[in-house]
Amino acid sequence: MKKRHYIRPLDIKWGRIDMTHGSGGKAMAQLVEEMFLAAFDNEWLRQMNDQAAFAVQQGSMVMATDAHVVSPIFFPGGDIGSLSVHGTINDVAMSGAIPLYLSASFIIEEGFPLADLQRIVNSMAEAAKEAGVPIVTGDTKVVEQGKADGVFITTTGVGRVPDGLRISGDRARTGDRIIVSGTIGDHGIAILSKRENLTFETAILSDTAALHGLVAAMVAQVPDIHCLRDPTRGGLATTLNELASQSGVGMKIRENAIPVRTEVAAACELLGIDPLYVANEGKLVAICAAADADALLAAMREHPLGRNAAIIGEIHEDEHSFVQMETAFGGMRMVDWLAGELLPRIC
Amino acid sequence: MTGAMRYVDEYRDGELARHLSGKIAKEVHAGRQYRFMEFCGGHTHAIFRYGIADLLPPEVKLIHGPGCPVCVLPVGRIDSAIELAKNPRVILATYADMMRVPGSHFASLIGARAEGADVRMVYSAADALNIARENPDREVVFFAIGFETTTPPTALAIRQAKRDRLSNFSVFCNHVLTPPALRGILDVPDVLLDGVIGPSHVSAVIGTGPYEFVAREYGKPVVIAGFEPLDVMQAVLMLVRQVNSANATIENEYSRAVGVEGNRKAQALMEEVFELRESFEWRGLGWMPYSARKIKPEHAEFDAEARFGVSHHTVPDHKACECGDILRGVKSPKDCKVFGKACTPDNPIGSCMVSSEGACAAYFSYGRYKAA
Repeated sequence: MKKRHYIRPLDIKWGRIDMTHGSGGKAMAQLVEEMFLAAFDNEWLRQMNDQAAFAVQQGSMVMATDAHVVSPIFFPGGDIGSLSVHGTINDVAMSGAIPLYLSASFIIEEGFPLADLQRIVNSMAEAAKEAGVPIVTGDTKVVEQGKADGVFITTTGVGRVPDGLRISGDRARTGDRIIVSGTIGDHGIAILSKRENLTFETAILSDTAALHGLVAAMVAQVPDIHCLRDPTRGGLATTLNELASQSGVGMKIRENAIPVRTEVAAACELLGIDPLYVANEGKLVAICAAADADALLAAMREHPLGRNAAIIGEIHEDEHSFVQMETAFGGMRMVDWLAGELLPRIC
Repeated sequence: MTGAMRYVDEYRDGELARHLSGKIAKEVHAGRQYRFMEFCGGHTHAIFRYGIADLLPPEVKLIHGPGCPVCVLPVGRIDSAIELAKNPRVILATYADMMRVPGSHFASLIGARAEGADVRMVYSAADALNIARENPDREVVFFAIGFETTTPPTALAIRQAKRDRLSNFSVFCNHVLTPPALRGILDVPDVLLDGVIGPSHVSAVIGTGPYEFVAREYGKPVVIAGFEPLDVMQAVLMLVRQVNSANATIENEYSRAVGVEGNRKAQALMEEVFELRESFEWRGLGWMPYSARKIKPEHAEFDAEARFGVSHHTVPDHKACECGDILRGVKSPKDCKVFGKACTPDNPIGSCMVSSEGACAAYFSYGRYKAA
């Protein structure tokens, strides 16, 4: 690519996004070149086409998309940039697929500081590099002040499913075991702790992470995993209800077996919320045959992102697809779908 | 869950629960009914969330009381709040639960917000005060609800607003009193009670004295209990023992927080800012004398009712809704024809399906697997 010359470089330190950065003219070209290209640099972007071309591999491909509107955009343990890379990689990976390419689309509010945008873009570049999944195409739009809130990022990912895998939300069967990959509620509580009307002191970091490495280790050990899903918005409770109704089965989980950090449990206690409904961005739920459960759990625990994995319950027959829980106190209760909005703009 | 919280987990210990469960089972007289009402929604929630009913013998029946602030507010007051929110100068600050409670014709604050009203969710009266400070060109109205627990913080907010000469802050006051509601319940002819599990946080403010009439005039025992599941179990055991020995006294299980006199400071604060309304309408219990508070005339500038000319209209509940009977303890959620069908937490018809302290919501979200 031939480097173009602009009169002045972008003023990353003091500059702000203005309407010209979305106009399609030179200012936009400069933003794309000096910020996005510089950070995401790869052979596809360097071609400067409106699309990325890559060879199609045999077998089946998956595609997933995810819009990110998290508030605040910088939070303990991550930011909207890393989150937008991890979120889509995880959606692709929950089919057992190997994520290959990402696209990124930005809607930026006029007046947004370039320094913040640079920080976000760098964080995306780092997350993509660490995950080994390049951002190969993108788009930038600028909207007038007040028409967005800082920046919104939509990412789309494609991946290839290794032969022989049939992971799907409708495959949970009676007798199957339910495994969660680690502590729940970290992301939601990290975000909440920074909400303007709710600041409280906590050392809790978001768990935002790309899970395809963990998934690869899992399918290598147990190719016949029945279901995989990442419990994001609505938390573990919502994901279990989705899987139960998709598969037409009931679930029984044990409160004592569910990993929750003490700080998260305490924050939830204070806010009057249930960690089962709090969002995660680096955790997954796996369902597999009882005979495979121990091997799968062992494989997960060997991976850094699955160290606290635990078997939390099992599948049984239930035409109502209820998720029930034996409470730590010793009684039973239902774990229902989330009603109403618990926390808007969590991802 | 694996996280261990000191001063919390001690009251949720499964082993102690089994031990208490065995004790209660041993004390009850077979064939006898023990009908206890937990007055507070906080207790209702704990009972369902921890599955306490599973640990009680069949002789013990828990009846859910009216102590849910969201639930007892009548439709007319919700309508008034929506009216206030629609005023373009107004920012209405409210607790989250109130946003979904249906007023007339299924209108709600969340609906008003979608139509452009500025409705903001707050966690306390102090949050509302901050919004007023940050928006000097707007009128900030705090939608104040609750029993004696949330009343002192509202009083404090009004006192601070006065001190800071905040001219854009006012309170739509819907604070209600526990003892008159308890009397209202005991006067309902078809409610047969053998005892009452008394409020925890409310009692920390008002003390144990205001419940004496329950034993004296109605001959029923009261055990004031904390909101943790072991508190509830212990209270049940204490009530069973009183019933067995034909006793009716006020006992305090929650002595770690509640004293005889309550919190004098909080009481003085309430006295300073509020006076009793001659009558107030409750959902389910109707108009009850001296059962709610209003802002004293000397603080009228902070009274949204005076400031915006809010008038109260009695609006009947939705025809199919049984919240009234459920709040009186006459019916249980599953006796309601629309429960779980036309009325769910996502699409509530009545207030008891909205708040997590409401009997219908608790029953629907935690307990409906039992009926299936």
